[in-house]
Amino acid sequence: MEAILNRYRNLTVLLAVVAVQLGLLGYQVKGNGEVRLIRVWAVGAVTPLARVIEAGQSNIAGFFRDYFLLIGVRRENQRLKDDLDRVRMENQELRTELSTADRARALAIFQERSPSKTIAARVIGNTTGVSAKVVIIDRGTSSGVRKGMAVITPNGIVGKVTGAFPTASYVLLVTDPSFAAGVLSQQNRVHGTLKGQGNGTLIVDYVQNEQKVNAGEWFFTAGDDRIFPKGLPVGRVTLVRQGATRKELFVAPSGLGDGLEEVLVVVEGVHAEIPEIATAEQPVQLQEPPPAAPEIAPLRDGSPATDADRLVDRYRRIGEIEKHEYGGHGGRAPNFNVTVEPRAADAQPSPPAPGTKQAPEKQAAPEKQ
Amino acid sequence: MSDLGGGFREEFSQVQVKDKAPRFRIAALAGIALAAILFQVYVPRFIGQLSYLELPLLVTVYFSLMRSSPVAGLLYGACVGLAQDSLADNPLGMFGIVKTLVGYFAATASQRFNIENPGIRLVLSFFFFFFHQFFYWVLERALLGQSLDFELQRTLVIAVLNALVALPLFHILDKLKVG
Repeated sequence: MEAILNRYRNLTVLLAVVAVQLGLLGYQVKGNGEVRLIRVWAVGAVTPLARVIEAGQSNIAGFFRDYFLLIGVRRENQRLKDDLDRVRMENQELRTELSTADRARALAIFQERSPSKTIAARVIGNTTGVSAKVVIIDRGTSSGVRKGMAVITPNGIVGKVTGAFPTASYVLLVTDPSFAAGVLSQQNRVHGTLKGQGNGTLIVDYVQNEQKVNAGEWFFTAGDDRIFPKGLPVGRVTLVRQGATRKELFVAPSGLGDGLEEVLVVVEGVHAEIPEIATAEQPVQLQEPPPAAPEIAPLRDGSPATDADRLVDRYRRIGEIEKHEYGGHGGRAPNFNVTVEPRAADAQPSPPAPGTKQAPEKQAAPEKQ
Repeated sequence: MSDLGGGFREEFSQVQVKDKAPRFRIAALAGIALAAILFQVYVPRFIGQLSYLELPLLVTVYFSLMRSSPVAGLLYGACVGLAQDSLADNPLGMFGIVKTLVGYFAATASQRFNIENPGIRLVLSFFFFFFHQFFYWVLERALLGQSLDFELQRTLVIAVLNALVALPLFHILDKLKVG
């Protein structure tokens, strides 16, 4: 037997090992036995390593994921920035178009309603002078523009044509120091001469100190300069100062508000009235009186109707008894605890009005007569 | 005389084989087996395509082929198989029995073939993978009573893939020889 085992040593070991494992299998399968200890050891031995591997994998994968994510984010960010720039440009263009369309519409509406005959023009450039406030418009003599014509916008006057060429014209702005025009204040009808100063502010000269001009008051063209028809808005007074002999009036031009792109050249000016403003002399419409209360307690002749009336009557009678004049100087205070006989009319008091309450007399304070 | 001569040649050949058998450090044997098992347990979680790799089997085949000792091969296969069982969701012994047989037959085959030849390694790896899968299927049906189908075509394809992986793996493991 031993010789056989030695001769077939390999096969014997194989069979033995397989038999042991078969027995183990049979134990597990037949008896539903769980070799828990071995599994616990195996899992327990592997778990720390698994945690290390998992942590390493998580960190490495996270690093590379973040790295590639950042690359993607950078590209995405660049693309989004490009998109944002493009959208901003488009938005700006659309806003400009919208603003231009709004201005053109306002210009057209003003052109329709204005009694003066005007032609629309577009500002296409500035002149090369440093101090001169002159712009170039795209309408010239071929369109009917002549030197000396007024240039306006719906918001107010802009300037006057100082040079007319076949296809373009020079417009001297109201802010130019050499500009002058007759103006009239809206509220007090004070005449003056509008002058530019070379900056964004205008002055109204030749207004006497005695004349009344308020800050915030509007000035309109007076129509006496043969350039601007009467009734065009000029600007609002921002500052009023008393000068040596004449007032110093500063006016913010209203026609140069938000940039200057489209203007109207007044070909045939027609005077218009300066719009009126609301003043204290104007008739005031009063509201209708409120409706009467639905239920009012009926009054009886000579008898107090309310608690307040009865209290006033009581104090009046105390004053008569005590010979005290309410509101008078000197004298002592009346004795408000004196007993006052009730009036005959009060013997049968009327029922109180709904919602009223009979208050004790002592709690009320004396009232000045 | 002839028997004597045959016995002498046999003994001589065995000695010659034993002397030529490369040796490995115990730590390398255990570490590589453990690494192969852990690879099979964890790596497919992250790279699902690598789940077809049966690295514990390939490691068992390699060391059994190298040792050329059936007892050493079957014991190594049994240890690797039981370790694999302990981390698997099947009864202990399923992989153990299969890898025991693989280790035994691989060690036996190494005495008949030139195991340094890549072609032989490729064929043996393919064969033992197929044997491993087939015998595991047999055990599942016979011992566990599971009526599973044997997917022949899929098994053959995976066997080819494992054999292809075995070649560079065996080449790397060759670097661990110490004698």
